[in-house]
Amino acid sequence: MAKPELMDFDKAIELFEPVLGFEVHVELSTKTKMFSDAPNPANDDGHGAEPNTLITPVDLGLPGSLPVVNGQAVRYSISLGLALGCSIAPSSRFARKNYFYPDLAKNYQISQYDEPIAFEGSVEVELEDGRLVQVPIERAHMEEDAGKLTHVGGATGRIQGAEYSLVDYNRAGVPLVEIVTKPIFGAEADAPQLAKAYVSTIRDIVRALGISDARMERGNLRCDANVSLRPRGQEKLGTRTETKNVNSLRSVERAVRYEIQRQAAILAAGGTIIQETRHWHEDTGRTSPGRPKSDADDYRYFPEPDLLPVEPSLDLIEELRAALPESPALMRRRLKTDWGFSDVDFQAIVNAGLLVEVSETVAAGAAPQAARKWWMGELSRTANERGVDASTLATPQQVAELVALVDAGTLTDRLARQVLEGVIAGEGSPEEIVEARGLAVVSDDGALIAAIDEALAAQPDVLAKIRDGKVQAAGAVIGAVMKAMRGSADAARVRELILERAQQ
Amino acid sequence: MSAGDVIRLSAAQLAEKLTAGELSSVEATQAYLDRIEAVEPRVNSYLHISKDALDTAAKVDSDRAAGEKLGPLAGVPIAIKDVLCTQDMPTTAGSRILEGWVPPYDATVVARLRRARLVPLGKTNMDEFAMGSSTEHSAYGPTRNPWDLDRIPGGSGGGSAAAIAAFQAPLALGSDTGGSIRQPGAVTGTVGMKPTYGGVSRYGAIALASSLDQVGPVTRTVLDAALLHDVIGGHDPRDSTSIPDAWPSFADAARRGAASGSLDGVRVGVVKELGGDGFQQGVSERFAQALEVMEKAGAQIVEVSAPHFTYAIAAYYLILPAEASSNLAKFDSVRFGMRVTPPGGGTVEDVMAATRELGFGPEVKRRVILGTYALSAGYYDAYYGSAQKVRTLIQRDFASAFEQADVLVSPAAPTTAFKLGEKLEDPLAMYLNDVTTIPANLAGVPGMSIPMGLAPEDGLPTGLQLMAPARADARLYEVGATVEALLEQSWGHSILSKVPALVGGDN
Repeated sequence: MAKPELMDFDKAIELFEPVLGFEVHVELSTKTKMFSDAPNPANDDGHGAEPNTLITPVDLGLPGSLPVVNGQAVRYSISLGLALGCSIAPSSRFARKNYFYPDLAKNYQISQYDEPIAFEGSVEVELEDGRLVQVPIERAHMEEDAGKLTHVGGATGRIQGAEYSLVDYNRAGVPLVEIVTKPIFGAEADAPQLAKAYVSTIRDIVRALGISDARMERGNLRCDANVSLRPRGQEKLGTRTETKNVNSLRSVERAVRYEIQRQAAILAAGGTIIQETRHWHEDTGRTSPGRPKSDADDYRYFPEPDLLPVEPSLDLIEELRAALPESPALMRRRLKTDWGFSDVDFQAIVNAGLLVEVSETVAAGAAPQAARKWWMGELSRTANERGVDASTLATPQQVAELVALVDAGTLTDRLARQVLEGVIAGEGSPEEIVEARGLAVVSDDGALIAAIDEALAAQPDVLAKIRDGKVQAAGAVIGAVMKAMRGSADAARVRELILERAQQ
Repeated sequence: MSAGDVIRLSAAQLAEKLTAGELSSVEATQAYLDRIEAVEPRVNSYLHISKDALDTAAKVDSDRAAGEKLGPLAGVPIAIKDVLCTQDMPTTAGSRILEGWVPPYDATVVARLRRARLVPLGKTNMDEFAMGSSTEHSAYGPTRNPWDLDRIPGGSGGGSAAAIAAFQAPLALGSDTGGSIRQPGAVTGTVGMKPTYGGVSRYGAIALASSLDQVGPVTRTVLDAALLHDVIGGHDPRDSTSIPDAWPSFADAARRGAASGSLDGVRVGVVKELGGDGFQQGVSERFAQALEVMEKAGAQIVEVSAPHFTYAIAAYYLILPAEASSNLAKFDSVRFGMRVTPPGGGTVEDVMAATRELGFGPEVKRRVILGTYALSAGYYDAYYGSAQKVRTLIQRDFASAFEQADVLVSPAAPTTAFKLGEKLEDPLAMYLNDVTTIPANLAGVPGMSIPMGLAPEDGLPTGLQLMAPARADARLYEVGATVEALLEQSWGHSILSKVPALVGGDN
């Protein structure tokens, strides 16, 4: 793949106005699938199941099988629609989207077409400088996910050149809500940042609602980013591309920046943008063309005759509206006050996309400062090194447990960092790791005293100095004791005991 | 009683003898298996004969002997249209593409048969994916009409109807999308009932057109149909279009109707648009005689007009292919059924295309192409959209007709059975066979076909169709049973007593 020419970002923005649009797919963490009673792999119980074990005749599209709508998925979708500020349709309908693909068991996807369950909303998104932007939502509709193809043989892992392909239908029928924005104007140079902030906000919303695990690395939340450019002063929208496979907040931002630069270079050279789906490559930081897409793609939509219209009662809608958690914007204002952080510290958490992590860690019992320290320190540093989102490394529960162990004196900061390494490596909960690695602070004075006596005996000159009242000389002994205890001792206690033992 | 007598009992009579201990289910099942073996080479009603039938029957007998309380049809054999999934028998829907496929689950109606302890005899022949009116579109050879082996038994459920008429089963299940239960009933002298849409579960019935398909009974008498309907009907949470309400006993309704012998106060509506030109003379004559019999029994005959029925076939042949083109997309070789790899291999799309090319017959391809076209961007509104509007108009026609009449009647088919091959090359002529039955599917109302006598010119059976408002299936059983009794009184015999012998010594 020849390296495409990119225009300098600032120059691109000077010449062109970027127009954005997003399609975010949210996998709902319902107990069972959208249209069958098979367990749902998009929740923690079902995650990681062996291929083709979470299936029924419905998910395989066997002849004679029929879909039945999952009521929990409908309620989740209504809650999400309400949280997006949408109107909920008193009657919405499923439709069949017809196309042949081996991961699509029936060779049609049951989706919603001209009658979505939620429409016309708006989401408030906060930029890094604290500026608020309203992102207009066109619709949110329910649909089923497809299965997963694994292409075997061939160099790229893609279908081209593969010897054969395996299909796992566990994901087939997982409930999805697709959230579609209207075109977003006026983001200008903040466009990449807005993209990240938008997806981050959607993630915060669905997590606050408790309707999705929203883990991008697992595909619980997937974003297709539409980007088009139009020359300054032009009314007509430019041709857009749709970038898929952006699986982290970081890559959403990078992919939008990249597309702006790529399209600007082409347009400035007098070229034209092809309307197509593009594939984001995290490793190279580029997009490559997928299949050409045009508005002429004919999915032959028609109302799904196997299902009745979805007609939620007004009572249900109002009940779900009353149960909505506070919006991310309100939550930000409240937490800032509750936690008493400085503007700079608080904004840093928001910009890192870690507000929900920190707040859930606090909810799990950690002090706000301690929660901030671990997420913004050790975890963010490791995440940056690895080019992933910090939220993928540990859960708020794990961090809260770690903080509790430090508070209880079981771990020193240094030991806690080692435990966190274990958590990141997937060795289990902090307590399990403390146990397995033998990392707890030695609080048994007997063991410490033995080590201290040995160290004092080995350094008689230091002992003499301490006895002479030169207390600072104890530092050399502390070092020796900590080394002997392999760090699993509380230094303050060691110092106390040294002074005690030196007088005997 | 002789085996020949056993197979001539109605299902209700057989059930009575089983309950009374005068006959065992094994004896009855064996009598039917023997009959199947004797006449099957000439009729070809079945695609598969169950190997478990005698064991199943023996279990019913021993449970009955042990004093277990069994349902009214326990131990009665039954034939199942091959469109219904059976986990112990192959299910092909008459198509090459599903040859040998054994589903991992039972259709809800099949599960209910088993729970009611009926004895499945086998799977019956049909037009491929229920597309046809003659059973000639089966990938496994046509079924022949027991009345004349050179003629078609109707379709798509010709196998079930012929099995009933040839005494190869006392009961059968069919499916009716545009007449596939009722038209075969008419041309074989049997009873066929298409229930209200949503009255019987479609789960496990291989879909032709989801918004039109209904499973229903194929039998020798109205009472038998009602008894079977009582077993298979009722709400199924696996079918979202199934009606959640409770239903009355259809058998009680049929018994009431047969006992009353009177149609006093019943308003019988003759649908003007479902008669006249294009109807065989003997069919029209028999229809007129049936009306006379009904009127004599107290019925008030009124003519009603349903102006939009004229457009029913046109709308039907857009809606059906559209839904079918989508329903049949799953037959792609990836997960089940036949797989054809083109010479030298190919992409998954090549394999899908080669499989569908070889696996589907010409009528299926014709309708998939029609339906794909009708749903395409730029044509949707003109075709599928307009057809749905016609459907609404037809529903209104029914509503206003039912203000004037309690039941509507028409011939169940425009002609008697035609010759094999006669209409095979003329799809439009074939489609016109369903002109009288299609409106009921488009409106979702129940329709029943009962024997109307033999046409004078060819001595072949004709059928009377009765229709009632949605959910008024019980009314059809009651009125149907009365009319059936009145007609048999007027002839002095049942129609099936006149079906010709198929084997030597047959009477």
